[in-house]
Amino acid sequence: MSGTEKIAGDSQAAAAPGVAVADAGIRLRVSKSLLRFNTCGSVDDGKSTLIGRLLYDSKALFDDQLATLEADSKKVGTRGSDIDYALLLDGLSAEREQGITIDVSYRFFSTEKRNFIVADTPGHEQYTRNMVTGASTADLSIILIDARKGILTQTRRHSVLVKLLGIRHVILVVNKMDLVDYSREVFTKIESEYRAFASETGLPEVTCIPISAVKGDNIIDRSPVMTWYEGPTLMHLLDNVAIDESRVRDLPLRLPIQWVNRPNHEFRGFAGTIVGGKIHKGDAIRVQPSGRTSTVSRIVTFDGDLDEAVAGQSITITLADEVDVSRGDLIVAANDPAEVADQFEATVVWMNEAPLLPGRSYFMKIGTKLATATISPLKYKINMNTMQHLAAATLELNEIGVCNLELDRAIPFDPYTTNRDTGGFILIDRITNDTVGAGMLQFALRRASNVQWQALDVNKAGRSELKGQKPCVLWFTGLSGAGKSTIANLVDKKLHSMNRHTYLLDGDNVRHGLNKNLGFTEVDRVENIRRVAEVAKLMVDAGLIVSTAFISPFRAERQMARTLLETGEFIEIFVDTPIGVAEERDPKGLYKKARRGDLKNFTGIDSPYEFPEQPEIRIDTTATSPEAAAESIVNYLVEKEIIPR
Amino acid sequence: MTLSHLQRLEAESIQIIREVIAEAEKPVMLYSIGKDSSVMLHLARKAFFPAVPPFPLMHVDTTWKFREMYAMRERMAAESGMELIVYKNQEAVDKNINPFTHGSAVHTDLWKTQGLKQALDKYGFDAAFGGARRDEEKSRAKERVFSFRTAQHRWDPKNQRPELWRLYNARKHRGESIRVFPLSNWTELDIWQYLYLEKVPIVPLYYSKVRPVVERDGALIMVDDERMPLNPGEKPMMKKVRFRTLGCYPLTGAVESNAETLAEVIHEIAGARTSEREGRVIDHDAPSSMEAKKQEGYF
Repeated sequence: MSGTEKIAGDSQAAAAPGVAVADAGIRLRVSKSLLRFNTCGSVDDGKSTLIGRLLYDSKALFDDQLATLEADSKKVGTRGSDIDYALLLDGLSAEREQGITIDVSYRFFSTEKRNFIVADTPGHEQYTRNMVTGASTADLSIILIDARKGILTQTRRHSVLVKLLGIRHVILVVNKMDLVDYSREVFTKIESEYRAFASETGLPEVTCIPISAVKGDNIIDRSPVMTWYEGPTLMHLLDNVAIDESRVRDLPLRLPIQWVNRPNHEFRGFAGTIVGGKIHKGDAIRVQPSGRTSTVSRIVTFDGDLDEAVAGQSITITLADEVDVSRGDLIVAANDPAEVADQFEATVVWMNEAPLLPGRSYFMKIGTKLATATISPLKYKINMNTMQHLAAATLELNEIGVCNLELDRAIPFDPYTTNRDTGGFILIDRITNDTVGAGMLQFALRRASNVQWQALDVNKAGRSELKGQKPCVLWFTGLSGAGKSTIANLVDKKLHSMNRHTYLLDGDNVRHGLNKNLGFTEVDRVENIRRVAEVAKLMVDAGLIVSTAFISPFRAERQMARTLLETGEFIEIFVDTPIGVAEERDPKGLYKKARRGDLKNFTGIDSPYEFPEQPEIRIDTTATSPEAAAESIVNYLVEKEIIPR
Repeated sequence: MTLSHLQRLEAESIQIIREVIAEAEKPVMLYSIGKDSSVMLHLARKAFFPAVPPFPLMHVDTTWKFREMYAMRERMAAESGMELIVYKNQEAVDKNINPFTHGSAVHTDLWKTQGLKQALDKYGFDAAFGGARRDEEKSRAKERVFSFRTAQHRWDPKNQRPELWRLYNARKHRGESIRVFPLSNWTELDIWQYLYLEKVPIVPLYYSKVRPVVERDGALIMVDDERMPLNPGEKPMMKKVRFRTLGCYPLTGAVESNAETLAEVIHEIAGARTSEREGRVIDHDAPSSMEAKKQEGYF
């Protein structure tokens, strides 16, 4: 869209009387800027009332909405016969009954100068996730407190999150001043306490405003009562505060490629939204991570070619050279590229009921790129009430921690504090597809560039050729007592007698050595399987046929093991025995112990077993003897030409 | 150069539309011919220029739209060069479902809610763009940009994925689908201003003109064709009216207005005292009715 010049000569507008006024009105509006902010506060601080008041006072409400509001206020309101502004915001009927907002909701209003998008994010503890969501796109945060209560643990927590999300302006709104007799002393005490806390936390610019959302003091008009307050009203500040956009425009060029546009053989365009800096026709650019360079030949838009585009615009460019660019690549200024790394320190906010498990691999989406990321053991988690760093094995829903992140490939990035779009990422569960976490990259670990793969002259192909077999992993999975070790052992014996080169990794044996420091919690089980998978991978590299016999109860870890290997190298064998049968066999007496409660986290009893959805081989042990099962597995290997006939 | 709020909204919507095309297998744009659909289609054409948007338009037809809407539909399909799919629920066709005999709830459920589900299933679309905005209605204010539906097309407001920054997680299981709302952050006024600045063609019913109307439950309903039953002795009044939203003509109330051009419409809206949805009969069915409809699969 090219902006205001389009108005001139608009025949439609020139047709009727009275248009001059309307036309001028439109001209004014298109030159408005956009400010996004979020609001945070505890349950009863009057947040919804404040936003309702902003909508009401800026005349963003229509008559029918006002009529509904008045009717609702009488019916379910908490303010007697007065208007309950909070009812404007509590949208979903379940929430209306509970009397609290439980999700992020977005509201819109405008003044003569600006348009505003408000993310209303609930304050109570279990909803950190919502607040982080609302704050992620905000230029500014309003932190609301009740003048009667002063600064609470919640206030501190919200402030730390605001800092974490990189928001550069904070307005501390001290609400309910009418309930403390508009006392200057009360306000001053809160203000000085908060400023001390803010500088300790490293919060950026802070403004404190005493208001009454219910009465309307210092929201749009100056309070007639608090004449001692000389700062700006809330609306004045919102109208005039600097927008983050201008800072981002001065950063080096960052253009994540979203889509390659190829309508025909002549045109090859790269489409994306600029998230840092500017781009000009003729600029020298670099494609990351490949590092190839070229020059911008055109900036193509529906409204004609542009000479320049800036951060925030969605554009399509063409390049002077035929360089390979695909979705997920980052186009940067040739002389000011992003760092490229595959290991990072990052802060992670956990957003799912199932806890974060170090060692498990997750999809990571950053910009337009999808990678696979594994979290190394957590460095610490942050106690959001005391800000203390605590040792932690996992992160639960709404917890925040610092960890190292290992990716399956090197990616270009900027630290989150510099650029939200090239430093912020989400983590996606590979099985459920849920967005389970959000994170902020801080810096690349030195290790990433220093540890290189040693290129070896003798390779997997050479080693397996010498052995006359294709290396692979026979991954036996199933309940305890299902018969995994028995069958695996038989298969190993058969292969050995056929002069094949094999190795059997057995669950119990590995736990006596390599994994003897691991227990049976979910976290330790994930790590147990990760180590086994890595060892199996090395053995496959050595050219061996490796059998592993582990319960391996979680799909995600079996999937992880599969992705470590090449296609066809991972053969999942589901030893399918109903729990009743396995419990009856109970060769090691473990089920008895588990039933007595002497053994915790026992698969099938108090820890889940996620059965394989598409195993290469399924053995029904109620219908097949171990001998017959082993025979059929060997036949499978012959069929797949893994071993010669 | 500072981007105006409309430029920022435009860029954001284009990014959303491109993201869907990059990640979904079989996307479709639901085109309802109204002003929001017009903006959405315009944004899609911008997103992929110089290519034609790589997905079809689909109109879930109720057979009860205004005649001028059908004309606009054909015109825009031709102009954009996109494939147009028109779907009608055969059960509703067979039973001759209409708002007069069956009431607005049954009419909307069969033609629109069931029709949409059938159409999505029939063509196997896994992502559908819709023109809904968060400022329209309270339950919309909390809906995500990428809104997931189960294989049964149900929406679970308690189990939505968090959306941070510009990052959208479009991964889904087989059978699940996504409704995507690229106009989530636009307001009604933004839409009108954008139509004006971009000179996007819209159905002339949005401009005031003398039209035949009757009054029903306080709403001015236009007599668009001979299927409209008149009460004994009732004669349509000729009034100068326009429409703020367009749907099925028997369910869409007109407002009296002198605004004959877009500029005049904007001028009226900027000072308007009633919200656009007031002209919609379906929102008034029952308390929280939009939310209930959405859980059942209404767009």
